[in-house]
Amino acid sequence: MEAPTTAVDERVLIAALRDRDETAFTALIEEHGPSMRRFALTFVRSGAVADDVVQEVWIVVLRGIDRFEGRSSLKTWLFQIVANTAKTRAVKEARVVPFSSLLDDDDGTPAVSPDRFQGPDGVHPGGWTSFPVPWERLPGEQLLSNETRAVIEAEIARLPDGQRLVITLRDMEGWPADEVCNVLELTETNQRVLLHRARSRVRAALERHFVEE
Amino acid sequence: MSEELTCEQLVELVTAYLDGALPARERERFEAHLSHCPGCTSYVEQIGTTIRLTGEPLTEESLSPEMRETLLSQFRDWAKSA
Repeated sequence: MEAPTTAVDERVLIAALRDRDETAFTALIEEHGPSMRRFALTFVRSGAVADDVVQEVWIVVLRGIDRFEGRSSLKTWLFQIVANTAKTRAVKEARVVPFSSLLDDDDGTPAVSPDRFQGPDGVHPGGWTSFPVPWERLPGEQLLSNETRAVIEAEIARLPDGQRLVITLRDMEGWPADEVCNVLELTETNQRVLLHRARSRVRAALERHFVEE
Repeated sequence: MSEELTCEQLVELVTAYLDGALPARERERFEAHLSHCPGCTSYVEQIGTTIRLTGEPLTEESLSPEMRETLLSQFRDWAKSA
């Protein structure tokens, strides 16, 4: 069957799942399976292990569905289980991302290298030395090329864990800020700082890529 | 000195601005600066493009057939036993 493109009414889905309705289960795994796997990959970085994690998560989900109280959305609950399961696996692989340390990944790096701005003796202290070149002039096919995609993915892979997790959920998966805070146990401010550092670095990587072309 | 934001300060506020998290006064200073600064206008547009491109997967992945089979058989085991 087709994956649902719109949000499914959760309560109906949960009730159906409790009735052991296979169609409801299929709809759920089609809708969330791929993004759960991508999310698991931000912790474990091996496709095979991410697959294991996803399988384990669904066992936990099925065993827990009768007790699920719906205090968070089903999606938040699912991804919290992914996060916990993937973290446990990452510990076994000695690749740990404890949430308590995510904030350490605010490395305080400026969004834009300071040498792009005029010093205190400049005509406009703190102003651009030369303006960023508008990307709107780039041909659309260059913006959307596989190479551009590769630049983005490579830069995200290099980010510190906290920044990588937040930009993956916010900008790749399109989650709202509050859901990211729930799953990663971050305050809104901390979440925003990590997102800011991450986006700034991806922008800088794209700029290098486009300017060098 | 006036309270004008510098370009260097503005670039650090972009994420908060886009999330609608700046207090009203800060937002006004931000927008006032943008209205007369082509460099920062380009910069904010670049961040917007970065967000858009990051959210644009080349191909929409779907569940692999093997994974779907594995999950369905897990489901059937569970449905039988529970």
